[in-house]
Amino acid sequence: MAIEIPRTSYSGKIREIKLGKGDKAITVGGEDSYPFYLFEGTMPHKPRIAMEVCDSPPQEWPEAAIEPFADVVNDPVAWAKKCVQTYGAEMIALQLVGTDPNGMDRGPDETADIVKKVADAIDVPLIVWGTANHEKDSQVLTKVCEVCQDKRLIIGPLEEKDYKKIAAAAIAYKHTVVASSPIDINLAKQLNILLGNLGVADDMLLVDPTVSGIGYGMEYCYSVMERMRMAGLTQQDEKLQVPIICNLGKEVWKSKEVHLPDNENNMGNARNRGILLEAMSAMAMLLAGGDIIIMRHPEAIKLIKEMITDLTAK
Amino acid sequence: MALTGIQIFKLLPKTNCGKCGVPTCLAFAMNLAAGKAELSACPFITEEAKAQLAEASAPPIRPVVIGTGTATFKVGGETVLFRHEKKFENPTGIAVLVTDAMSDDEVMNRIDKFNKYTYERVGLKLRANAIAVKSISDDPSKFGALVEKIFKATDGALILVSERPEILAAGLKVCANRKPLIYAATKVNVEAVTRLAKENSCPVAVKGSNFDEVAELTGILNKAGINDIVIDSGSRTVKQAFQDQIIIRGLALQKKFKPLGYPTIAFPCEMTDNPMKEGLIASMFIAKYAGIIVLSDLKGEVLFPLAVERLNIFTDPQRPLATTPGIYEIGNPDGNSPVLITTNFSLTYFIVSGEIESSKVPSYLLIMDTEGLSVLTAWAAGKFVADLMATFVKKSGIEDKIKHRKLIIPGYSASESGGLEEELKGWEIMVGPREGSHIPAYLRNLK
Ligand code: SF4
Repeated sequence: MAIEIPRTSYSGKIREIKLGKGDKAITVGGEDSYPFYLFEGTMPHKPRIAMEVCDSPPQEWPEAAIEPFADVVNDPVAWAKKCVQTYGAEMIALQLVGTDPNGMDRGPDETADIVKKVADAIDVPLIVWGTANHEKDSQVLTKVCEVCQDKRLIIGPLEEKDYKKIAAAAIAYKHTVVASSPIDINLAKQLNILLGNLGVADDMLLVDPTVSGIGYGMEYCYSVMERMRMAGLTQQDEKLQVPIICNLGKEVWKSKEVHLPDNENNMGNARNRGILLEAMSAMAMLLAGGDIIIMRHPEAIKLIKEMITDLTAK
Repeated sequence: MALTGIQIFKLLPKTNCGKCGVPTCLAFAMNLAAGKAELSACPFITEEAKAQLAEASAPPIRPVVIGTGTATFKVGGETVLFRHEKKFENPTGIAVLVTDAMSDDEVMNRIDKFNKYTYERVGLKLRANAIAVKSISDDPSKFGALVEKIFKATDGALILVSERPEILAAGLKVCANRKPLIYAATKVNVEAVTRLAKENSCPVAVKGSNFDEVAELTGILNKAGINDIVIDSGSRTVKQAFQDQIIIRGLALQKKFKPLGYPTIAFPCEMTDNPMKEGLIASMFIAKYAGIIVLSDLKGEVLFPLAVERLNIFTDPQRPLATTPGIYEIGNPDGNSPVLITTNFSLTYFIVSGEIESSKVPSYLLIMDTEGLSVLTAWAAGKFVADLMATFVKKSGIEDKIKHRKLIIPGYSASESGGLEEELKGWEIMVGPREGSHIPAYLRNLK
């Protein structure tokens, strides 16, 4: 009996996007099948993990997340370098938590200066992520775009309410942008269209569906991402053939469960619990279509990279 | 699989007698096809037609029940490839391995953990489902003794793991009445294992080295009248095992290929020596289609995330879990206690109420009906906006419970605060934190 393996009829392909510049530039996207369905398609570029760095010392991180970076948390430049040199990071994601108006409220000039220093210190692609406060992000991210011209940054999040100014600056200074929408495929598509109309080139756009970790609504972004892939790959929806970026680490490490001590409520070792919550959440995002996952803990990253290697083995 | 109304109509008596509650056989057939009627409502249907309909409407992946009593779990019965299309039906069963090469202490330690490790989440109790008892010593009496020990120490469902019929028989002698899953029938032992499964009426797993072999084995079992089958395609590399899961699901659903229309069993415990990575492999199988996963050990830091991931993936996507709207009193609030408002997405409620509780600041939490949407999505959909919030607050009855007029809204709703001040005359609108985890500090710092 010859069993005929069913094949999905794909009609589209995710766009290939080059990030960063020089030797360490990387390309994401290009897949023409569902994630890791390599019996029916190809994934020319493996999904990538970006390591998270904060522009100011982390608040309320559990011990397990601080520990690998304890010597560098006060210095974003040293922190980014450690990620690249010690942990082999292929990309860095600088979280501009210090700009939050409800927190340190650091201004655009000072922040742009920090971003520039980090960008100068590393040769891997740099993602710069604002605080999702529309007014503040408009001020800070436009300044960052300007000060770091020619650095080929990845700038986000651009939301419906603040995309115009930031996108204009990113276009002018040649940075890639991240279109961010709240867990809704139609809103995601609409924002991609708006950005296109504004002049953002197709190969300068990533999409952020807004993600959350296991236990905190992970299933919603999981399904939105699956639907985006279905639309892009099987329904010729060009506006959704965009590589997906997931800013995941910060979501996982703020949950209640990563802060509980060892053995509380039968939840085992606290450090490993945090690492696994992050790695398993990332696994789900990868299976749903994530092309870039921003993660925090080096061991979670190591585990997930092994899975990517295994799943794409020759 | 599912027949159209016309196909069903052809099998009905066509007398239009109306006994089924609708005037014509055709109308009844249409209702049946749409899942809005039960076949039994027509008293005149022939046995033959019944059998044909049953056969045609049998689920493409057979649901299989393992275990008895409260520890029963069901796997299979899935009808879709993607969870947004329709709910994934039966959550992946999680099993832990126990072998007859382990010391007594080690065995009992695992059983203890199996019994004890349960997690409460949104009103549900999450736990592992089964113990996979494996023979390594190849000694039937030793295996029988181990099964007996476990049988007495837990009500959990069992999986008997050996390829030797004598060993499986020794285990079945002890626990057949608990309906264990027999693992596994192979090319070599299929006749003897078929007999065991039949004699004991237990579900049985088949293990083949490729799809053809698995299909051949399920065919042999079918012929012997055994339908409660679980399949193992034999792959033990991450890549191949993952792809097998996808292909098996696709063959069953898209090609209606009956010989593989059964739930699967996967063995993360045989794919790596690193317990952390094993957990990660298991998490992959929960999302992508395993019916049962077997773990080498139960560790809280692995089981908890897996169990919650499983809850997430198997949640009904059509019906977001919603909490009843209304006033929730947390920690005996009085007339001066703070009032917070949020949406009735149950996860939002679960997080916000939990954080208020841990702040130890007695508070009122107003839960507004946003059709189960979270703060951001409800706002985007125009369901959590100033005028609707104002109407809800006024009608909620909170004004009779408090002396002040201060309302704390989620940080993500800050843009609604101006509108709310206008709509809710006499109220002061305060913008709370965006993240649930910042609520305790915020509440403690009020005045
Ligand atoms: S009861 Fe049966 S025979 Fe009578 S109308 Fe309904 S379907 Fe037709």
